[in-house]
Amino acid sequence: MEIDLGEARTTFIAESQELLQEMESSLLALERDPDDQDAVNSLFRAAHTIKGSSGVLGIETVEKFTHLVENLLEKMRTGQIKADSGNIELLLQCRDHISRLISLAAEGGEGPGKDLLGAGDDLSAKLAECMDEAEAAQAAPDETPEAGGGPSSRTGAWHISVRFGRNTLKTGMDPISFVSYLARMGEIVSITTIFFSMPGPGEMDPEDCYLGFEIDLRSDFDKKAIEDVFDFVRDESTIRILPPYSRISSYVELIQGMPEDALLLGEILVKGGALTAGELEEALKHQEESQDAGRPRIGEILVEEGATYPEIIDAALEKQKRNLVASAKEAATVRIDASKLDSLMNLVGELVIAGAGIDQHAARIGDAPLQESASIMLRLVEEIRESAMKVRMVPIGETFNRFRRVVRDISRELGKEIEIAISGADTELDKNVIEKISDPLMHLVRNAADHGIETTEARTSAGKSASGTIRLRAGHDAGCIVIEVEDDGKGLDRERIIEKAAARGLIAPGQQLTDSEAFKLIFEPGFSTADEVTKFSGRGVGMDVVRKNIEALRGTIDIESTRGEGTTVRVRLPLTMAIIDGFMVGIGQSPYIIPLDMVVECVEFTEEDRRSAGKRNYVNLRGEVLPFMRLKEFFNENGAGSKYENIVIVQYAGHKIGLVVDELFGEVQTVIKSLGRVYREVKGISGATILGNGRVALILDVPRLMQTIERNYFARAG
Amino acid sequence: MSAAETVSENMQYLTFRLEDEVFALDITQVREVLDFTTVTKVPRTPDFMRGVINLRGSVVPVVDMRLKFGMSRTEQTVNTCIIIVELSLDGEKLVIGALADSVQEVLEIEPAHIEPPPRIGTRLNTEFIQGMGKRDEQFIIILNIDRIFSTDELALFNGEAAAESA
Repeated sequence: MEIDLGEARTTFIAESQELLQEMESSLLALERDPDDQDAVNSLFRAAHTIKGSSGVLGIETVEKFTHLVENLLEKMRTGQIKADSGNIELLLQCRDHISRLISLAAEGGEGPGKDLLGAGDDLSAKLAECMDEAEAAQAAPDETPEAGGGPSSRTGAWHISVRFGRNTLKTGMDPISFVSYLARMGEIVSITTIFFSMPGPGEMDPEDCYLGFEIDLRSDFDKKAIEDVFDFVRDESTIRILPPYSRISSYVELIQGMPEDALLLGEILVKGGALTAGELEEALKHQEESQDAGRPRIGEILVEEGATYPEIIDAALEKQKRNLVASAKEAATVRIDASKLDSLMNLVGELVIAGAGIDQHAARIGDAPLQESASIMLRLVEEIRESAMKVRMVPIGETFNRFRRVVRDISRELGKEIEIAISGADTELDKNVIEKISDPLMHLVRNAADHGIETTEARTSAGKSASGTIRLRAGHDAGCIVIEVEDDGKGLDRERIIEKAAARGLIAPGQQLTDSEAFKLIFEPGFSTADEVTKFSGRGVGMDVVRKNIEALRGTIDIESTRGEGTTVRVRLPLTMAIIDGFMVGIGQSPYIIPLDMVVECVEFTEEDRRSAGKRNYVNLRGEVLPFMRLKEFFNENGAGSKYENIVIVQYAGHKIGLVVDELFGEVQTVIKSLGRVYREVKGISGATILGNGRVALILDVPRLMQTIERNYFARAG
Repeated sequence: MSAAETVSENMQYLTFRLEDEVFALDITQVREVLDFTTVTKVPRTPDFMRGVINLRGSVVPVVDMRLKFGMSRTEQTVNTCIIIVELSLDGEKLVIGALADSVQEVLEIEPAHIEPPPRIGTRLNTEFIQGMGKRDEQFIIILNIDRIFSTDELALFNGEAAAESA
């Protein structure tokens, strides 16, 4: 009866990541405000969902452990246990343990290793301890309420009737898994499989599910818990659950609510021990009588039941409300395989190129209606491109929130007081970029917490507030995303860095460096100024990796720091990696693309400028010194070019430089193509694109060009 | 694919001409042959790297085989063509265009008619030669394309580029 639950499992793993994230942020919120009932509720919901899903999917390790966590949370929710730093810490550890268990299940490996099991047992013991304390203060949980009014069944078991929906198998669910899950909640007294709805072999669809069960279950769980077992199939299936000692009329209602023959069902119930033969007979007779009276009892029964089981109704209502919210959320978002988005993006890229080609040809032919159509199409393609790009954009807030935990743990470990302040969390970035930036950012945050912020004593004696603050900021600037990690700690020790760098041979002894040059040294491989290696940093790996990762994203990183006041690390990233607006220029015989968002203005490079510049590499731009670079020389492009050269002024990271080019062509949509590994190391070129006429044009790497100019400038000045 | 020694049956080769010499490539590595098209030079790279072309939306590097083998630069004629080859480098698929004066034909050569590369007497680096095919008393140089575009060769180029700009 082994059915592949692969898809359901994948969904579960993806979902549980989100739930774990939710748990973590709720716990951190709770730590700030122990009375935050919303946080407790969402915590409970998350744990509950993880437990339920893992149970249905048969991931026992997760289910068992999460169940313990849920018990504690339940007590918290009902106010029997107060949230305090002790149990929050414990719950955080539990959350991490669940996360490990789930990733283990995701890898599909064997059971958890010894370490993990040991850790799990430890945590379980601690959880039990927490529970016991509460139990001592509180009486044992109340019994299932006795039903009043009308004759009751004498059986002490729950009765569960379930008819699975036709699509149950197709959605990856295995009916047997529900039964085995129930079996873990209590003792199954009897079970009868119902397959009467199965059509003849001719009409039967082997992928459809025609099964149902009548189950009698002895269990201490409440109705809601049993109901939740069927969470995954609730929408499609018919499920009736009768508590122990239910009135016989409820059974009658159940019998009549099912599609099968009443007598047949009655017999099954009798066989299962839910009813005695006499009770059944009486009930059916009773029902007939009331029908004779011309008054269906069902409505009445329901009303009565509502009066006798208020808590069940409440739970059902709450559940319904929650389901409503959940389904509204589901409708608003669609989970898509990232590779599908990538291929969509590639196609859109091709479309942009093809569109540009059509536009050019239309312009060449000079047919007015054709040009009109082409321009309409281009506009639409542009809109498609923008929407396709938006699809990939996700806010950075989630990544930022992850750092709360990191900072919290470090501050505990090192005995520092650190606050974290986040702004610009709704700034959106390409999903690929976010994925790749999260690790480098993590490093920066760790560094800030570990090296940047001083201990409480050091801060107080320096006359600063006792608790340090790490600020995470995200925002837009000139077509880039800027992410800042700022701390109000001790700042970088310039002399120390230079000393270390000289000792490692990174710079010549006595070499004069600007602040920014000195700070950049910390990005050199193996560089660390920390005297001792802590758990978090100081090994001297990290910053160079950070820089490498950021540069791989076509981004840059720089540092500002003031001794005693703090350090700001600023990371600049391009908005997207796939398509940019480009500005096409001609250098020699070849077309080149400059990212449009970096272009500030274009001015003519006059004969006079050329004369006055002479051998120097800067011109006077309205009283400002503008360093420039003759790209034709730099790129060894031949060809006379035009007599009238132009300077394209580009700006990046607050610096301006001029690029001398031969011709200005104007704006083009640019789909960035990699030049591949063959050209990986080429300086000054970041990629290529294909023009409307099919020709390849190269894209200038403005940040690298800028570095080259600055280096030349300093080389000359030094 | 590069292992000629394990081949027991006849292999097919695509022959092409550089100046007046005939070379051959294992046909399984040839993806297609294109007419000469505009090549965009990537600046600050060695001369034999002619640049990049647009192959139906992908950017593909083109190598001037004549320059690579120490001959003069390929001049464009009606017969000039770009042989697109596909090779795997360290498990990565790499598509490269090889510029040739003209493409001749597809040949079948029996392994028995392939001799090991000569130690002397060729201006080519013998490492680039997989064997000498004999046909109608004429020798055809069978190239080891994996070796020609190997990581070392590319690293050499990268090193040069780095040295140039330093």
